[in-house]
Amino acid sequence: MDKWYLHGGSEDDVVLSTRIRLARNLREAPFPHRLDAGARKAVNERIRSAMFALGGIREGDYRYVEMEKLSPAQAISLAERHAVSPEFASDRSGRALILNQDETVSVMLCEEDHIRLQVLRPGLDLESAYDTADKLDTALDGALGFAFDEELGYLTACPTNIGTGMRASVMLHLPALTRGGQMGRLSATVSKLGLTIRGAYGEGSSPLGDFYQLSNQVTLGISERAAIDNLKAIAVQVVSQERTARESARGDAEFEDWIWRAYGTLKNARLLSGREFTDLISAVRLGAAMQLLPVVVTHVDDLLFSMQAATLNAAQGRELSARERDQLRARQVRERL
Amino acid sequence: MICQYCGKREATTHIKKIVNGRAEQVDLCPACASRLGYGSIFPGLGLSDFLGSFLGERGGDGRAQALRCPQCGCSFEDIAESGLAGCAQCYQTFRDRLAPSIARIHGKAHHVGKAAQAAGARVRARSRLDALREELNRAVTEQDFEHAAQLRDEIKALESEANGNG
Repeated sequence: MDKWYLHGGSEDDVVLSTRIRLARNLREAPFPHRLDAGARKAVNERIRSAMFALGGIREGDYRYVEMEKLSPAQAISLAERHAVSPEFASDRSGRALILNQDETVSVMLCEEDHIRLQVLRPGLDLESAYDTADKLDTALDGALGFAFDEELGYLTACPTNIGTGMRASVMLHLPALTRGGQMGRLSATVSKLGLTIRGAYGEGSSPLGDFYQLSNQVTLGISERAAIDNLKAIAVQVVSQERTARESARGDAEFEDWIWRAYGTLKNARLLSGREFTDLISAVRLGAAMQLLPVVVTHVDDLLFSMQAATLNAAQGRELSARERDQLRARQVRERL
Repeated sequence: MICQYCGKREATTHIKKIVNGRAEQVDLCPACASRLGYGSIFPGLGLSDFLGSFLGERGGDGRAQALRCPQCGCSFEDIAESGLAGCAQCYQTFRDRLAPSIARIHGKAHHVGKAAQAAGARVRARSRLDALREELNRAVTEQDFEHAAQLRDEIKALESEANGNG
């Protein structure tokens, strides 16, 4: 089945994807950080059998993955495709995953909480992502009985997640705002509105390729709907600012030269590091979204997700040297662009 | 009590380890405790973690230190140090000591939104009413008056049901 990122979504010139993540826990069992691998497995088994006993969940639609049985590359590749969190992939002991075929629904077992239920959608689509998560959550709650307190809401290992236990986020591509030096101001503004924005790739202060995650910060005292409405309203404003910045750059010779050079390099390079690739593909995505380049945006997103280091390793079934990987990446990008 | 490690000196250091909710106690003399690396935790309990220090309202009183969660065996110090509660029950056990930090993190102290099945029928009805009222506001803002009228009826029905049940 096609992966979710092959289908264009709403506002996909700027918004790559939408994600809803719910943190849930069983009432009686200690949280995962207080369990050894054996006890975690018992928790996972309980959740697994409850989930597969639900109406509408069939073994063929979902697969159960014991993370320890994956190679490190396979595990990290799941994180590169956003099917699991990076933390979940980095420590696999006693952890398991229930994943549907197009990787839009993933249930991480024994991450920081017993259950991290995640729904992904292409483009900006918070309501539909939440509805899917909400239905599965209600069904699982009926079968398992989640930890809940009338005052504090859903109880989670980390007090920063109690209440709704919900993190809603959208992945944004903001090359024009970044080039215009607007990100500092934007980040300060959204933090006053209960949101946070950070780079989706690379280290904190210098994100790679101008990809960002915008998400809600507060989970207690604000309902799911209100948090989603708030995030959506601000995402829409950021999208419109990015579009304005893009349009004011249109026609500028240096700007268009930058985009065409990036395209030329990707189409001709013989060696491409992950860092260089991410920077260049960002310019090409911008050119595609502005219809300057003969490239389709969803095609670019497919490349962005499939050319990450661990995903390349996993596809080859072995650990490539950095040189081999850069060569392979350059060849595949040339062929597919 | 004699040290379990050397079997000679008096044990003055007692370490509780909790694995899978089961407590194990180790009793050591000061020399063995420091040799085994347990000496350093006691003077300051080294709060390095950011959230740990956020939660770190460790009153020096022995009474609070002795309190442990009956379900998982966690002490408040364990929570402060790791920044993570040990189990759902910890929020009940340490409610008063966690409350200031929770208010600081979220700016609010009461949950609004979806209620799990574990909540009583009253709480679930309230959560359902909150959701409908939010939807009603949205419908009015969007001037979808037909939908708003439906929602108003639904809210009225739920409210009278709630009143009827006392």
